[in-house]
Amino acid sequence: MPSTAAQLAIQAKNLNVFYGAFKAVKNVNLPIERKKVTAIIGPSGCGKSTVLRSFNRMNELVPSAHIEGEILFNGQNIYASDVDPVEVRRRIGMVFQKPNPFPKTIYENVAWGARLNGFRGGVGRPNMDEWVEQCLLKAALWDEVKDKLHQSGLSLSGGQQQRLCIARAIAVQPEIILMDEPASALDPIATLKIEDLMHELAQEYTIIVVTHNMQQAARVSDFTAFFTMDEDRSGILVEFGPTTQIFTTPTDDRTEGYITGRFG
Amino acid sequence: MSTKSPGSGLIPFFAANLSVRNRSAVIWRGLFQLSTVIGMVTLALLLYTVINKSFGLVAINNKVNPETLAVNGVPLEQLDKDTLVNILQNNVSKGKFRQLEREMPMAERTRDEVYALVIDTVVQPKDIVGTWTLVESLTRRNAIIAQVHDEHPDATVSFRSWLNPNFINSPQSSDPLAAGVRTAVLGSLLTILTTILVAFPIGVGAAIYLEEYAEDNWLNRLLQTNITNLAGVPSIIYGMLGLAIFVRGMEPITSGALLGGADPTTANGRTILSAGLTLALLVLPILIINGQEAIRAVPSSLRQASYGLGATKWQTIWHHVLPSALSGILTGTILAVSRAIGETAPLVVVGAATFITFDPSGPFSKFTTLPIQIYQWTSRPQNEFRNIAAAAILVLLIMLLTLNAVAIFLRNRFQRN
Repeated sequence: MPSTAAQLAIQAKNLNVFYGAFKAVKNVNLPIERKKVTAIIGPSGCGKSTVLRSFNRMNELVPSAHIEGEILFNGQNIYASDVDPVEVRRRIGMVFQKPNPFPKTIYENVAWGARLNGFRGGVGRPNMDEWVEQCLLKAALWDEVKDKLHQSGLSLSGGQQQRLCIARAIAVQPEIILMDEPASALDPIATLKIEDLMHELAQEYTIIVVTHNMQQAARVSDFTAFFTMDEDRSGILVEFGPTTQIFTTPTDDRTEGYITGRFG
Repeated sequence: MSTKSPGSGLIPFFAANLSVRNRSAVIWRGLFQLSTVIGMVTLALLLYTVINKSFGLVAINNKVNPETLAVNGVPLEQLDKDTLVNILQNNVSKGKFRQLEREMPMAERTRDEVYALVIDTVVQPKDIVGTWTLVESLTRRNAIIAQVHDEHPDATVSFRSWLNPNFINSPQSSDPLAAGVRTAVLGSLLTILTTILVAFPIGVGAAIYLEEYAEDNWLNRLLQTNITNLAGVPSIIYGMLGLAIFVRGMEPITSGALLGGADPTTANGRTILSAGLTLALLVLPILIINGQEAIRAVPSSLRQASYGLGATKWQTIWHHVLPSALSGILTGTILAVSRAIGETAPLVVVGAATFITFDPSGPFSKFTTLPIQIYQWTSRPQNEFRNIAAAAILVLLIMLLTLNAVAIFLRNRFQRN
């Protein structure tokens, strides 16, 4: 179970996140293994999303937020002064809670990010049309949209929109995909599709998923991190380990209380 | 139907007040409807007054009665060209006729042009003895004609649309029958074009800066408060500002002297450029505030999606924030520009000319605008200037509606994409 540094895709070290004077997340150490699905679970307000957003510096968009500690991505601290958050966000993509496709065509939704980051097609590489097709195939959306690539992304159903957002995220070749409750706004069938997709994507990408749904965490993840709030209402990491262990033999009473439904 | 709530017999916690609530809903609805009706009645009254004044009977005293010019019983308007040239030759001085020949030989003029010349130089319908409104003209037509016949036997009564092609196409004149709004319309259009060109980019730029870049510190909050207050400053103050800064302070630039484009007729700062810049200052706070509202209304999920893909701040603004905010920005621009077109007070201070007979030729020309023209005509003692003022108001309204229609068309096209 102890992971070597080479297996780790990204690692939070002594991470503290503040919103103004409020310490939202306290002293989190979280190693994320490469090409695995790691689920972050816990009650509302325990800082799950805050931790997730620290992994690609999206927290910086909140003016009052700042962090202490390190997040090592391939051994390099992404909060170091010489690191550009724009590059971090390309290599660590994100899928949000509510599907948020751009008000553009389906094709443009996928192509925009790639073009933006200097996508070059050519010999030995796919051209843009092929790349869009590949990404939509990987996101299990191609068959449903191949005849209407030039319709608005907003014309799709909620589940399709979310898969379009996943296709959009993988179009910029990230190494890690962060998912912030990606299925919480979807119906059960669309949710299942997203979960299947996460399994597929884990062969190629490292996935970190925040979820409220414990069954979902049990179904999709290889590792699970359980967060809760301490007495200062700051988020803390209680327990982290392989999902089977967390759900069958948790070592902490609070974890057991949460997953058996006694608390949270 | 009973207004008692279904469970009232079982749980007496709630009073049976549904009818009272419904009644107050009806009252409020009625009040809102009344506000709309008041607005529409006011608008209808305005249009009624303007249209009523723009058309109607007019009695004109001619210098020569056209009936006396008839040849062998054929009335003047049916005579052929040669006869008309004869009449002209017999009724004007030799010098005047030679002058007309020099301008353009009679042989080259068409019959209609010669006819117009006869009316202009021989009949000379100059002296308006009375005008009547559209409603009077329709209801008391015979009485009016009889009255004119009694008081001014030589006068001819005819129905006149004060708003006519000639009116739109003629420059200013002291003769209400010949006066037109072309100079003023061109002045208004050039001024507003300058205003849009200056105010739109600056306004949108400032809105982007304040919404997307400015930090929340005391300096920016002060800036924000001041911009909001500036939107409420009376327009005449902007006129004084424009006079001090653009007309006087920047005279070498606004007169065109520095750029070598000075109009020989003005050679001072009272130009279209100064007027456009002054109006730009006036609408800038409105544009900025409105632009900020539109940018703020762009959902943050869109920005996050863009940042999440590795877009820079500028790429996010350019590709997502601005396109989404554009229709809102354009709506505000339409309102601001409509206000600027109707502005009079600041332009009086900046130095709009009240009497000008030549078209503005560029940004460094002397100018007048439609509202100034209307104001100037309404303040004249002669009744007939009120009629052309009303016609000019119609021109202003039509111009405003056309510009807005174009802007709304553009906005809807952006919205669809």
